[in-house]
Parts: sequence; C-alpha cells; structure tokens
Amino acid sequence: MTSDRRPLILMTPALLWLFGLMVVPCVLILALAFFRRGIYGGIEYTLTFENIALVFDPLYFHIFMKSAGIAGLSAAIACVLGYAAAYAIAAMPRRHQPMLLFFAVLPFWSNYLVRTYAWIVLLNREGLIVNLARWIGYQGELPSMLYTESAVVVGLVYNYLPFVILSCYAPLSRLNPDIAEASRDLGASGWTTFRRVTLPMSLPGIATGFVFVFVLSIGNFVTPALLGGGQFQMIGNLVYAQFLTANDWPFGAALSMVLILVMLGLLMLQAVVAERASGGKGQDG
Amino acid sequence: MSQHLPRASFCLTAALVAFSLPALADPLTVSNWDGYMAADAIDNFNAETGNEAELVLHATNEEIMGKLIASKGVGYDVVFVSSPFAEVLNNLGLAEELDHAKLSNMANLYAEANALQHDPGNTFSVPYAWGTTGLCYRSDLVDAPTSWNDLLKPADSVAGKTTMLATDRWLLAAGQLALGYSVNETDADKMAEVRDLLIEAKGTLLAYDDTTFYAKLVSGEAELVHAWDGWCNYGIGENADIKYTIPEEGSDLWVDTMVILKASENKDAAYAFVNYILDADNHRWAAENILYKVPNEAAMAGLDASLIETFPNMGIQPAEMLAFEQLRDVGAAQRDYSRLVSEIKAAN
Repeated sequence: MTSDRRPLILMTPALLWLFGLMVVPCVLILALAFFRRGIYGGIEYTLTFENIALVFDPLYFHIFMKSAGIAGLSAAIACVLGYAAAYAIAAMPRRHQPMLLFFAVLPFWSNYLVRTYAWIVLLNREGLIVNLARWIGYQGELPSMLYTESAVVVGLVYNYLPFVILSCYAPLSRLNPDIAEASRDLGASGWTTFRRVTLPMSLPGIATGFVFVFVLSIGNFVTPALLGGGQFQMIGNLVYAQFLTANDWPFGAALSMVLILVMLGLLMLQAVVAERASGGKGQDG
Repeated sequence: MSQHLPRASFCLTAALVAFSLPALADPLTVSNWDGYMAADAIDNFNAETGNEAELVLHATNEEIMGKLIASKGVGYDVVFVSSPFAEVLNNLGLAEELDHAKLSNMANLYAEANALQHDPGNTFSVPYAWGTTGLCYRSDLVDAPTSWNDLLKPADSVAGKTTMLATDRWLLAAGQLALGYSVNETDADKMAEVRDLLIEAKGTLLAYDDTTFYAKLVSGEAELVHAWDGWCNYGIGENADIKYTIPEEGSDLWVDTMVILKASENKDAAYAFVNYILDADNHRWAAENILYKVPNEAAMAGLDASLIETFPNMGIQPAEMLAFEQLRDVGAAQRDYSRLVSEIKAAN
C-alpha cells in the first residue's frame, strides 16, 4: 500500500499547472524587483535593492497602511454581517439550509464588474437611492455617496460577504447542540453561552472569513477605481499603475512581493488559529 | 535508417511549411484605441488594397508602449500613439524613419501639421488626430467657465460636481496651465506648487475620470469636467446644453500619431495603410466617425458644415491650436511625474 502511486499520478497535472503557470511566472515577476528600470520603462539588468527600499518610502508606505485600513474595516464589517447570517442559517431547520446557502452565494453567479457597476447605479447623485429619497419627499441636496471611501468599503463588503457566510456556517453547522445545552444546564445565560461556548468554537470560521476578505480586499484595484472614482489609491491600484501606466515593472514587482509576504503571513496566522481551535477540541478528526 | 529518412524529411518539410505559412499570410497588425477609427476602416483598406490587415486594441498609450518596449517593436506594424510616446519610440530607435515618397497623401495635411513641435517635418510620425484639452460643461447648470481655476477652485455650487482626467500628463497639465507654467515643466519647486494645487482641487472633485466624464455630464452627476475636445462631443451629441471651452490660460495641443515600427516585416503594407488613412475621403470619414479634428486639410474641407455647427470645437483652426504647447517626452522626469501623481492620488 505504501508504494501506491495513484495519488501522486492524479495530482501531477494540477501540480504541473500550478508550477508552470503560477509559481514560475510569479518568481520571474518577483525577480524583477531586484533590477533597475530603464528611462523609458523596460529593465536594466543591474542588481539593486532600491525598489524594495522605495516600498517603505513614507508615500508608498502610507498607501500600504491606508489599504490595510480599508481592507481591515471591510473584513470586520463582513465578519459581523456574515457571522450573523451564518448563525441564523445554522439555526434554521436542516432541510431549509441548503436553499438559504444557495441564496447567499447567488451573487457569485454574476460578473464581478456587473455587481460593482450596480452600486454605481444605486449610489450616484442621480441614482436609484437619491431618486427614491426624492420620491418619498426629501427636498434637500443629498451628499454624493458614490466616489467616497465608504462606497469602496460597501463594495468590498458586498462582494466578499458570501465567503464569510460560508466560512462561518461550516463550524456553526457542525456544532454539537448538546454542548450549548450543557452550558445552559450549568446555569449560563444565553449570552454567556454564546460568548463562552459558541463563539470560541466557531472562531476558526471567523478567522478564515476575515483573512479571506482582507487578502482579497487589500489587493483589489477594480472596486477602488470604480466606486472610489480613482480618488482612493489602494495598493492594488499602485501595483496596476506601475505595470500598466508608469511602466516601472521593477517597482511594481517590489510592491507585489511585499504584498504577497503580508498575505502569506496572514494566511499562516489563520492556519495557526485553526490549528489551535481544532487542538482544543481534542483528537476528534 | 532508410525507413527513417523519408519520415525525417517529411517532418522537416512539414516544419518548414508550418513555419513559413504564417509568415506568408502574416497580416498587417495595426494597434489603435477602441473606437478611434471608423468601424469599417480596416475592412475597407483590405478590400481596396488587397492587404490583410488586422486591428488590435490598446486601452492606453502606456499599455502599448509597455508591449512595444518589451518586444522591441516586433509583432506590430503600425501603432497609434500620442505624440510624446511617438517621441519615445523614436528615441528608442523603434520608429521607422519615414520615406515620404511612399506617402503621397501627406500632401493633404495642413502646413501646420508639418511643423509640429515633437517631430517637425513628420520624420517618424504622421499626425492622425489633434485637438485641445479644456473644459466641458453643462451650460444650463453652471456659468460658462473661463479659467482653469473655475475647475480647480470651483464655486461652492459646483464643488463636488467636477471631474478631472486621471492620466498623469493631462492631470498635471491642468495645474501647470493654471499656474502659468509650461506643460513640460520639470522644476521641482514649481511642480510641488502644481501638486499642492491639485491636492487642493481633489477635495472638490466628484471623481477622476478619463472615459465616462461625458456620460456624467449627460446624467447631471457632474456639471463641469476636464476633457479632450473630441470626447466632449460625445456628450454634446446627447445633450445640446453641453459646451466646450478652452480656458484663458490656454491648453495643450495634443496630437495622436501613426508610427510605423522599424521592426515591421510588412513595411510596404504599413506605408499603404498610413497612406490610405491620409486619403481625403478616408480621413474625413474618420473625423465624422470619431468626432475629432484631423490634421488633414482636404478631409476637413469636405466636412459637412452642420457637423461643425453641432460640434463647434470641430471648427477650431490649426493656427489657433499651434499657439499651444505640445506635451513632450520629458525622459527621466517622467518618473517624478508618476510620483507626483501618486502623491496627489494618495492625499486626502
């Protein structure tokens, strides 16, 4: 049995695909970070660390922190909303749950751009929300809701919410109801049971959802461009600009490298949280 | 051995055929912005000249430049780029030195179009369309603007209803012109002033917008926008209250050009294509379709007077435009420009 090669054979195509079309190009791009940019773009093959140093220049570091702030806020809001939705779905009769989950992920069936454009239609100064307010009888001038930082956060939360619902639903649905009952039998109130029993046991789901939304948001460049009106530069927009407008591939590569390291760090942290939580439950496999 | 030989030679032949066939049928590759030629231009060229041209699209100058620099110009025959980028292609040795004998229709160009600052005598680029950058506005909602400061420091009633172009050079040019500087200014102190002015202006903007600003005017979302004259025409076409004006401090003269790549393997066809576009009827057809002025006197003379009546900026005269400075390639200073734009966009 130990010499069974079938798993390896089955995995080979996927591994080759990943290695050839993802790992190799990524390494090539990241290698560019250590070269110099020519006057007109292009690459001069002299080794340098100035691109990496430039990432920590106050201007670009500020953009990094700002992106992290927007991504963190989006992830936190998505976790609160997503957890509540997942909790409600898990509390429903089992036979209704697949249908509710189906509705939760339904937006994924439409194109990301279309979903984001829908918010432009809703939020703009002559948009549906403003016209609805006028129809109800609101007279004054409403501030533009579109092209603001809040619009960017709304767009990110909306687009990534289903991830959190799914990641929180998984541990919540597997929760043994006897445990919560035992907690109540021992005199804990509903809130205490939630806070001391249910919440800690579903923490890995929240951590997974948070990291997912954070990682997807911090590198996002479409939503800030469309809903932020180009006024909120996130790190994804900066990388995009280096590759496609400034023609400074080495600096773009350096930014990507730091971004990938941040994401890897977070994913490892999330793995640790998940590991701890499952370790706490003992060897239940 | 004797069995293998025929097979080997067959393979060799097959390989030769496979490699040479695409070369024989290799089409002329033209890269242009989407919607910047008449939709039937390529088909008409193929039908009339027996060539096999294909159109590929680029979204921005920078995008096509990235590709051309990476490939040393291989893979493209004719590219449409704005004049500063044509200059870069020339500086990099990627642009063909033009043989005017193969471009008989160059005679159709205005005298002014042979005296452009970026390429006097059109030695490596042929002007395709030209115009100004100014203010496009809803005349029924705002007073006619007269200065760049009407955009950069808008009245309270207009604040939050303005947009600016996001492309580095044009964004900076608005500030440079407002302060009375050259649109190619690179002095660090002056550019810091420009940056501060543009950061201040950012606080009053609805958005940066390079592509849908005219639609925002039509919907009423915006009332005053920073615009290329030809693009303002798309708004005017939908709402006659939309008007275009050049601020009193002036504009840049932008010129979009056709460049033949030195690496082109279809040079005769490439020349034929450029010459085809410069034909009075074809270039007029382009102007009527894209609503941009073309530097072709014979073509412009054939324009319907009602078109200029509807879109008054189509009637801006070459002499008036030549008074404005062109955006020039600033070489290494482009990196400083990029940084300034990042500073503006990251400010809040």
